[in-house]
Amino acid sequence: MTDTALQSGEEPCVTLDAFLSQSNATAVRLEPDEDARALIPHLDRLALIEVAFPKFRDGRGYSSARILREAGYTGELRAQGDVLVDQIAYMKRCGFDTFAPEKALNPADVEAALSRWPEHYQGAADGAVPIWKLRHG
Amino acid sequence: MYKYDEYDHAMVEARVAEFSDQVRRRLAGEITEDQFKPLRLMNGLYLQLHAYMLRVAVPYGTLDSRQMRMLAHIARKYDRDYGHFTTRQNIQYNWIKLEDAPAILEELASVEMHAIQTSGNCIRNISSDQWAGAAADEITDPRPWAELLRQWSSFHPEFSYLPRKFKIAVIAADEDRAAMRLHDIGIQIVEKDGVHGAAFYVGGGMGRTPMIAPLIKDFVPLEDMLSYAEACLRVYNRYGRRDNIYKARIKILIHELGADEYRRQVEEEWAHVKSLGIDPPNAEFDRIAAQFAPPALDASAPDEIDRSDPDFAVWLDQNVAAHKVPGHAIVNISLKPVGGIPGDASSAQIDLMADLAEKYSHDELRVTHAQNIVLPHVRKADLYTIWQALDAAGLATPNLDLISDIIACPGLDYCSLANARSIPVAQKIATRFSDLDRQKELGELKLKISGCINACGHHHAGHIGILGVDRKGTENYQLLLGGSGAEDVSLGTITGPGFDEDGIVDAIERVTDKYLAERTEGERFVDTFRRVGMAPFKEAIYG
Repeated sequence: MTDTALQSGEEPCVTLDAFLSQSNATAVRLEPDEDARALIPHLDRLALIEVAFPKFRDGRGYSSARILREAGYTGELRAQGDVLVDQIAYMKRCGFDTFAPEKALNPADVEAALSRWPEHYQGAADGAVPIWKLRHG
Repeated sequence: MYKYDEYDHAMVEARVAEFSDQVRRRLAGEITEDQFKPLRLMNGLYLQLHAYMLRVAVPYGTLDSRQMRMLAHIARKYDRDYGHFTTRQNIQYNWIKLEDAPAILEELASVEMHAIQTSGNCIRNISSDQWAGAAADEITDPRPWAELLRQWSSFHPEFSYLPRKFKIAVIAADEDRAAMRLHDIGIQIVEKDGVHGAAFYVGGGMGRTPMIAPLIKDFVPLEDMLSYAEACLRVYNRYGRRDNIYKARIKILIHELGADEYRRQVEEEWAHVKSLGIDPPNAEFDRIAAQFAPPALDASAPDEIDRSDPDFAVWLDQNVAAHKVPGHAIVNISLKPVGGIPGDASSAQIDLMADLAEKYSHDELRVTHAQNIVLPHVRKADLYTIWQALDAAGLATPNLDLISDIIACPGLDYCSLANARSIPVAQKIATRFSDLDRQKELGELKLKISGCINACGHHHAGHIGILGVDRKGTENYQLLLGGSGAEDVSLGTITGPGFDEDGIVDAIERVTDKYLAERTEGERFVDTFRRVGMAPFKEAIYG
């Protein structure tokens, strides 16, 4: 689940501006103040979107991730930066599938964090069935 | 009252396990205080001046006797034998040890309670009308709507790292007993064509830049309420300011965008969010609402009350309110004895209130944003017995909504953010005006004290507000007049230069004397102020 380093041969991410002006990139990096919706016309040719978390307290990336998944993006969605073990369960619910934390996470803590929640109250981008639906079928 | 099912239990238990693990990692030095801070805050744990403070959630202010007894037990076992009821209808404990916090949360979970999201930059405990389900003027019980919001907002994956804290209140009566329009989102349940829906007021708040929330949408159907709230929050999470903590609340975003532009952005987002299927079916609302079914009250219960004990009669007139069912009443228990600390109650007092609720109020209690306690469903025939028990425990102060029914934040006695003490000022004012006849002569007068600009003591919304500031190293108190947190919502205006601790008490006396001289028949203090304006009061204060 955690992906702490670029795999060899992986195409480096370009900035949103560069992506929008060069049509052949397949990996893009989105900063917190950039509009995820600018990528929506191009989702089918993207293999990787890296969402930057320069500070863990800045939660804009959670909305960016959901917007991308809600628009049908199926490629890799990576949370990069100040990504802490206590954030990754929520990040996963918002649609992230890989994590590139600046500081390596303890695998046992990651495992515990991701298996912590038996169910979820609300629908999000991870396909989990919300509790209200479990109650009413 | 809402009862947890297996899912609710499992969620709270998971949270206790998660936080226990986080505390363990913190104590082991695996995470820094900076990393731990937002985690402990989302579990209600603050680091204050002297110790950790734990804030326990009382969703929409409702609890039963078993839960109330647990609050007493925690005060006794883990704190100094008392708790402090807050303006968010919660309770906080001021002397908690970090290593005890997981055990406390476990004990709370055993009675369906928690401290989830009572702090932090997330959606906080949902507040509501303390008379919900009992008030004669409500169109429905707002609490099922609040419970729906509670579940949606609990552990919300997208909205747990918002620019700033986010407070929601829900009411269902025209009389606003919850300061609804001073919340980030204030919801009033309204009726249109025989159907109930939610009117959304967004962008209110107190703090250093107080704002009254504008109406953003006049009617959101029940089946769309959560997706509409989600759209409101998403626009805020994406575009709320994060460069300056003092400009990060949603009120600033809406003020800078304008209500019309914010509304447009929310509508656009909502058109999309609504299609995601995140709104529960009405069957879920019905499941919740069934648990808030009104208690079986006998409408033929006797309506007469024996008023022969004069002390009882005084309390009856001041602290007891009309119930929607004949033969019944709403009892308001003042936690504002003269010279006491507003909102504090001892373990023994908390236990006594639990006993009275179990015996006489269909096992229900409420916490009010004015830091008092309510027994919502009491037979009039039992009022005298209840009053005697309260009186013996120092809980029968007959001052509801009078000048000594003061809202005050903990201030510099406890709080690490405060600039000045609030509690001693509240005590001095209550002592100066301790003559009950004098208080009654002044009538409804809501006095609210904050020990710093963050306004936890609601000073902007006081008919008389006091703001403690630090002026060159000494405590200084500014005086505000003309605020209101009720349906006549308004923000107070500063009178002029501030005062020291004794000076502020004198200034209030001059203000109330001026009111008595100026008022016309039936005018409350705030009505007179609105009619005559600041000038005569200013002259009375400063000469």
